[in-house]
Amino acid sequence: MKFLPLVWRNLWRRKLRTLLTILSIAVAFLLYGYLAAIRAGMETGVTVAGQDRLIVRHKVSIIQLLPVSYLERIRQVPGVKEVIHSTWFGGVYQEPKNFFPQIPVNPEEYLRMYPEFRLPEEQKKAWLATRTGAIVGKKTALKYGFKIGDRIPIQPTIWRRSGATPVWEFDLVGIYEGADKAADESQLFFRYDYFDEARSEGRGQVGWYVVRLTDPGLSEEVAKKIDADFSNSPWETKAESEKAFVQSFAKQVGDIGAIVRAILTAVFFTILLIAGNTMAQAVRERTGEIGVLKALGFSNALAMLLVLMESMMVAVAGGGVGLGLAWTLIRLWDPTGGALPVFYFPVNDLLIGVALTLLLGLATGFFPALIALRLRVAEALRRL
Amino acid sequence: MLETLVNVNRMVKSFRRGAEEIHVLEQLDLQVGRGEFLALMGPSGSGKSTLLNLIGGLDKPTSGTVAVAGEAVEQLNERQLAAWRARHIGFVFQFYNLMPTLSAQKNVELPLLLTQLSARQRREHAAAALEIVGLTHRTSHYPSQMSGGEQQRVGIARAIVTDPTLLLCDEPTGDLDRKSGDEILDLLQALNAQQGKTIVMVTHDPHASARAGRVVYLNKGQLLLEKPE
Ligand SMILES: Nc1ncnc2c1ncn2[C@@H]1O[C@H](COP(=O)(O)OP(=O)(O)OP(=O)(O)O)[C@@H](O)[C@H]1O
Ligand SMILES: [Mg+2]
Repeated sequence: MKFLPLVWRNLWRRKLRTLLTILSIAVAFLLYGYLAAIRAGMETGVTVAGQDRLIVRHKVSIIQLLPVSYLERIRQVPGVKEVIHSTWFGGVYQEPKNFFPQIPVNPEEYLRMYPEFRLPEEQKKAWLATRTGAIVGKKTALKYGFKIGDRIPIQPTIWRRSGATPVWEFDLVGIYEGADKAADESQLFFRYDYFDEARSEGRGQVGWYVVRLTDPGLSEEVAKKIDADFSNSPWETKAESEKAFVQSFAKQVGDIGAIVRAILTAVFFTILLIAGNTMAQAVRERTGEIGVLKALGFSNALAMLLVLMESMMVAVAGGGVGLGLAWTLIRLWDPTGGALPVFYFPVNDLLIGVALTLLLGLATGFFPALIALRLRVAEALRRL
Repeated sequence: MLETLVNVNRMVKSFRRGAEEIHVLEQLDLQVGRGEFLALMGPSGSGKSTLLNLIGGLDKPTSGTVAVAGEAVEQLNERQLAAWRARHIGFVFQFYNLMPTLSAQKNVELPLLLTQLSARQRREHAAAALEIVGLTHRTSHYPSQMSGGEQQRVGIARAIVTDPTLLLCDEPTGDLDRKSGDEILDLLQALNAQQGKTIVMVTHDPHASARAGRVVYLNKGQLLLEKPE
């Protein structure tokens, strides 16, 4: 494109201003990236939630327990392919701020229910062979330096252990990885049989059930049937899709997320307004020159195009730097310090960011380009 | 008799300023022959620039016609006018109006961006134009690094680089000292005499108009052949 050098030179006419504009756009897109990562973190589970999975919990609340005997009864409901149970252990590793979920499960069934957790075959075998065995997600393993063979002590907050020592100890036999970035790699799973035998109270009770359906289309029907089966029992249930369940769970922390997002969004748009204004100013300063170009034979359309190219270049430079920085920084630095189960910049949001960049170039260039388009040569020259 | 290159016929141009209507040109006629060097004089505000702009297709007459080389300029639409200007008109301005961000060479190449010439051809044409104006040694300099006279020579090189039919100069020496002004006038005269360029030059300076082949005076919307008293 032979006009590119002309545009390029105009861009660097005021180096500092252009650099600051690019920088502010870059900051806006860096913020955007973190915003996307935080949102992805808060909504994990919602997006990955299997369409074909239901959660069955106590009707009153998730912290009320259900009898383990429901497992077989749920399995009998038509449309149910598989069912497993989970329980919130809620223990503490060393000190309370070291938070990661611990959940007692039946290893084989659980791994079958959640294929997104990948565990090497021999580690799985080791887990089946070790009653006190536990597996942990890669993220938590890295964070606390857990290695296979380690004995991990967990202080209980809900489930006391029968016998002399209150502390639970698990032998780490495996480290699982998520099948994709959205999978939660922060949890520790240990064996339900060990848990049930060693806990001092509440034996035979579990937290909730996860049901896989034969057909995702049946989800409402099966949920109704399950709830109906247990109505009028001492433990009434509420069955809902995994997605709905995770969403209602996420709402408890969601308010803070919403505030963070509102602030970041406001900052983002403020920066965009500033950048757009700077662009408009840069063009207004040059109306005389644009008039001269038109006198030389540059058409109105070409004059407009040159201005748009300029704003595009600024936006693409700023957006490129911002999104690129976001992409790398988010991998290296998580400002929440691991409070979110996952922290990454989803590719989808990256693509939206690229589209926003182009849109920004158009938007900030629009009015200046219009000025250039409409500029009447004779009048522009008079003002010189 | 010379072939008529510019034919301005019963030209009226008025501007609105609020409720007031300013009649700048009233039923003005002007013919310029091919190869002529015409000086256009007149008091400030008499409409010299306005007339020049109308000939160059930068503005539309209120009524009347302008033909340049047989082309009815006032009939062309914006896009056609731009293309026509690029091909047929070279403008020289009082304040040179070079792009401050571009070197002399690149400034002169600007109008060539609108042609089909290759990058190399553009470079060569611009170098040739700079040679004509005697600035071969300044090609990589920026406007801010050049004197007014030098900048105006770049301005002239930019105006002639496309080999236009007509050169329109609005007070080309108006911002220069006597010596630099004389050099510019020498150059315009040479372009007229040696290259046969048709030139219409607006000036306040009798010294400058003396270089032209013919002088006309604009006064109260009309052209006079004699300086009005
Ligand atoms: N776009 C416009 N809107 C309103 N009035 C205008 C416009 N252009 C020119 N005029 C008026 O038309 C008249 C002629 O202006 P013009 O610039 O042609 O004069 P000039 O002879 O070139 O003067 P100078 O010698 O000072 O350059 C002036 O009164 C000017 O104010
Ligand atoms: Mg004037």
